[in-house]
Amino acid sequence: MADEIRIDRIRCDGHGLCAELLPELIELDDWGYPLLAPGPVPEHLREHARQAVAACPVVALRLERVAAAIQSGRRA
Amino acid sequence: MTSSILWYATRGAGAVSLILLSSVVALGILSALRWRATAWPRFLTVGLHRNLALLSVVFLALHIVTAVVDPYTSLGWAAALVPFSSYYRTFWLGLGVVAVDLFVALLLTSLLRRAIGPRTWRLVHWVAYACWPVAMAHSLGTGTDTRSWMLVIYLVCVAMVLTAVAARLIGSRRPQSPPAPITPRPASPAPAWSGVSGTRSDKASKW
Repeated sequence: MADEIRIDRIRCDGHGLCAELLPELIELDDWGYPLLAPGPVPEHLREHARQAVAACPVVALRLERVAAAIQSGRRA
Repeated sequence: MTSSILWYATRGAGAVSLILLSSVVALGILSALRWRATAWPRFLTVGLHRNLALLSVVFLALHIVTAVVDPYTSLGWAAALVPFSSYYRTFWLGLGVVAVDLFVALLLTSLLRRAIGPRTWRLVHWVAYACWPVAMAHSLGTGTDTRSWMLVIYLVCVAMVLTAVAARLIGSRRPQSPPAPITPRPASPAPAWSGVSGTRSDKASKW
């Protein structure tokens, strides 16, 4: 089991807190909207990911549990 | 003697609550403005806003419990929960109860934000602009220290919040600056995973 970060692109307002808290996996584009590293959140970043998700002012982020088998699949 | 300790505790916790809540309001406005500086990232504003709000719960509880328990005033629990039901300074103490009720609404909706959704949460959170003036009026009206150095604390709190409100009003009137024109950035290589946020094919990446 692992977690993946999901962004609700319609809710996202580009506040940028997630990239401040989780620069390892999230970078901002020129307009301040997040670009996400693909794949599951590595174990050592799990707590940081949780905090970044919790900090989003518009609740546009969530952590989704994915089974190891599905990770390699093609879930959009 | 016990009674006067409670009385001092009530006044002290009330003053600390006022300072904390004023800071929380100012920080909340700063985060809505998306203000930041090189040494002050946005998560600091939001984190302080949240944690100082939670801290003020402790001091508010202390403020209310010591006031109710104090045998000198003998307010009773009903006066602490139902607005304007206190025989003692009915109006000004009632304002404090109203402010606490509003604060509890703000607190609960914020803690349950994921459940109720950001739209409802945001709507309820505007109540903060009503909560703070009511709490401030309660401090000025009930506070027995208003004419002493406590006045300085009041002035600092009012100045802090009014400055933040003014900044927000000015900020919302100014048109948003358009996003920077799209220019290729040959100097800064894009991260290995940029542009792949929609795909899951790149499984073998280092993450």
